[in-house]
Amino acid sequence: MMDALHRISRDPLGLLGLILVVLIIASALLAGLIAPYDPIKLNIIDRLQGPSVDHLLGTDQLGRDLFSRVLYGGQVALKVAFISIAAALGIGVFLGMLAGFGPKWLDNIIMLFFDTIRSFPTVMFALATVALVGPSLGTVIAVIIVTSIPTYGRVVRTQTLTIKSNEFVMAERAMGVSTTRILRVHILPNVIGPLIILASMDIPTVIALEAGLSFLGMGVKPPTPSWGSILNDGYTLIRNTPWPIIAGSIPLVLITLGFTFLGESLRDLIDPKLRKNV
Amino acid sequence: MGLYFLKRVALSILIVMLAVTLLFCMIHMVPGDPARILLGPRATPELIASLSAQMGLDQSLPIQIVKFFGNILRGDLGMDVITNRPVAATVFGQLPYTLWLIFTAIIFAMLIGIPLGCYSALHRNTLIDRITGVISVACITAPSFVVALYSLLIFAVTLHWFPAVGAGDKGDFWDQVSHLVLPAFAIGLSWVGYLSRLVRASMLEVMSENHIRTARAYGLSENTVVYRYALKLAVLPTVTVIGVGMGFLLSAALFTEIVFARPGIGKLIFDSITTRNYPVVMGSVLVSTILFVVSTTLSDLINAWLDPRIRASL
Amino acid sequence: MSAEQKIDNVLSIRDLSVHYSTNRGELNALRHVNLDVPKGSIVGVVGESGCGKSTLISSIIRLLAENAIVPNGSINFEGSNLLTISEDEMRAIRGQRMSIVFQDPMSTLNPVISIGRQMIDIQYRDKKTKQQKRQRSIEMLASVGIPDPESRLDQYPHEFSGGMQQRISIAMALQAQPSLLIADEPTTALDATLEVQIIHLLKDLQRDMGCSILFISHHLGVIAELCDYVVVMYAGEVVEQGTARDVFHLPAHPYTEKLLKCDPASIAEKSRSLPTIPGEIPDLTSLPSGCVFKNRCDKAMPKCDSVVPEWRESAQGHFVSCHWAKP
Repeated sequence: MMDALHRISRDPLGLLGLILVVLIIASALLAGLIAPYDPIKLNIIDRLQGPSVDHLLGTDQLGRDLFSRVLYGGQVALKVAFISIAAALGIGVFLGMLAGFGPKWLDNIIMLFFDTIRSFPTVMFALATVALVGPSLGTVIAVIIVTSIPTYGRVVRTQTLTIKSNEFVMAERAMGVSTTRILRVHILPNVIGPLIILASMDIPTVIALEAGLSFLGMGVKPPTPSWGSILNDGYTLIRNTPWPIIAGSIPLVLITLGFTFLGESLRDLIDPKLRKNV
Repeated sequence: MGLYFLKRVALSILIVMLAVTLLFCMIHMVPGDPARILLGPRATPELIASLSAQMGLDQSLPIQIVKFFGNILRGDLGMDVITNRPVAATVFGQLPYTLWLIFTAIIFAMLIGIPLGCYSALHRNTLIDRITGVISVACITAPSFVVALYSLLIFAVTLHWFPAVGAGDKGDFWDQVSHLVLPAFAIGLSWVGYLSRLVRASMLEVMSENHIRTARAYGLSENTVVYRYALKLAVLPTVTVIGVGMGFLLSAALFTEIVFARPGIGKLIFDSITTRNYPVVMGSVLVSTILFVVSTTLSDLINAWLDPRIRASL
Repeated sequence: MSAEQKIDNVLSIRDLSVHYSTNRGELNALRHVNLDVPKGSIVGVVGESGCGKSTLISSIIRLLAENAIVPNGSINFEGSNLLTISEDEMRAIRGQRMSIVFQDPMSTLNPVISIGRQMIDIQYRDKKTKQQKRQRSIEMLASVGIPDPESRLDQYPHEFSGGMQQRISIAMALQAQPSLLIADEPTTALDATLEVQIIHLLKDLQRDMGCSILFISHHLGVIAELCDYVVVMYAGEVVEQGTARDVFHLPAHPYTEKLLKCDPASIAEKSRSLPTIPGEIPDLTSLPSGCVFKNRCDKAMPKCDSVVPEWRESAQGHFVSCHWAKP
């Protein structure tokens, strides 16, 4: 771990990514301590202000402090990202191993299921779900879990198939070692690396999706601050002030860049084979 | 080749059928009367009754699914609750706007991204290559609706270079083009980055292959080697990527259409959710899913046809 | 082939060294190489893998890797030094006066461009109509023994077998009637029957066209069969050169001697194991002092450890770099 950190720190972009990620995660976690104002407290007198010493990123149409809202918005983004990716990883690993190690018919069924899920354009699928069960953060998380499972599942399946045909695994099977043990001892450690890389490269997509859905009003309910809902306010006010758009987009862009740079750096570190001609 | 074609198309049809079934099941999994939910609170009791009959809610689930398929095959996607027109008419009225938008965005992305990738590959590890690399990654990760918001803010609202809303007058070609610029830019920007990375990687791979050394050893000019012999191989992956990327393109189009208040299938879905016009939501999602599957399939087939090696092995 | 150009040489390499800068340090791939290809003759180059054969070829056609450095030497080809002429001049020579047939026929041709297109493309310098160029390609394919060349011209490389692809490569190489053909292990990737066919084809074409061939191989039998002169390379140096007869019958360098003993074709008595030369090629990034072969040589003596053997004529037209060689 320390070694990994040390090596990332020698890659300037990776280091930049790490700093951005740590900075934004810390600011979200510590939002309660650093936020100068209550993110949902109205203050109509000071509405639509530009940045100032009092309001670092200005205020919105209801006079809420945008900087505080951005900090609290990070909590929503990170909550969605970590819960949904962790759940998708878990289910994906399970289904992928099942497909790779199970009988051929089960493999075919699972793969068909993956292909079907992937045949929906993500946002359209999300909107269809929201239309049916109503907008909420839970819906967003559920949709992201369902649509992310195939990506992880496929990687695990391929890896499982490769290792399954390895001689030492065949030998162990011949000696009667249980399947669960083979999966745990041989296959899990081998898929963890690629999965971590994939997941860290997926976080920006997931955060952007949450922000996008909240931007459309299909995610968090007002007045909960989310980067997406701040951007939505900005869109409504676009002819009056640029600040909500700037406030909402800065953390969104920074965290996506941060996780992408970090992910690429991790990929080069953990699995140089994935690296293409650099 | 023929067999591969048939297999690939059969798989796609199967996937579309499964996707339709999944949508159908989702409608039924929600507690309550499916017809009422599907039609939303705006529906009149008559409509609910007629949809119940049409869906055959009194019959068993498999029969309902078969009927659902039958209706889709006949092009019947249900009735628009607000206008009382067939959903299919509404959806296909909006679809061309989205297709044009996506098409323009992809052409824009290819025109910039492919040459950029070539340049980076041929000037590997120079300062410009590194800068292009970082900018490309930044472009890829920037969410399309953020790009859309910024281009609206900068080029439409502040600078007034381009119109902010709509798709332009139907009869006025240039008006339509000027309405297309910013949305296409918003969708295409991440693809510029993506294609440039992709072409760079595949170009580097191709340039290290033996036949390139042969072409040089026969004294072909560097331009011929790069742009005729290498590029043809290097752009093959882009075809697949664009086909598979149709899902992302449709998603990006949805945001962009909403930001620029531009007609299209994404805007239609969004507006229909706001007005609780659920048959239109489901119809649009269905059509865009079919569109996505068709484009993935087509790109696979085109790729197989473009590359004589794959063509032969099939 | 005396060094002083008594015979008219098509290609004449003098004191050529090529280094690669790697992250392990400077790799001395070629050191002070001398080599002559007399007009109308076939010269064979033998050596184990890693002896610098590929670097030698790359430097002759001047398609060296980016990290290559040429500190000294000259490559004279028909009156011009290939190391000093401009890129355009070099390009005018490639494929026109000097051609090359590469090792692996299956990856030499562009997979997504038809054979005909590729053969017509390389005639871009000729001021002929497209039809004439096409006709020329058909003739060439016929001469290398491709049946029904007219219709096969529109096919893609993968539609041909490996042997056929190598014939096509030879046709392409000889299309412009070059004065020098470099053949880089053209038969290594092919099976034995095809190998014989290709060798005969090369020999016939060489006789008809009168070009010179620089033939690289690690297969001694092929070299003996085909070549007039032999050059033996070891660890980036030319250790012996002479007529095929001299080198095969009276090898002057201990390495050549061992190489000949290892050739399965020359083994008289049956044995379970093939003979090998014990030891490994020295690390080219940190060369030992003295002779490069000393660590694998039975005859090594103290002098070999400290003094680099000089390049000298041990018999008429027979050159060697070994302290043991008779003056």
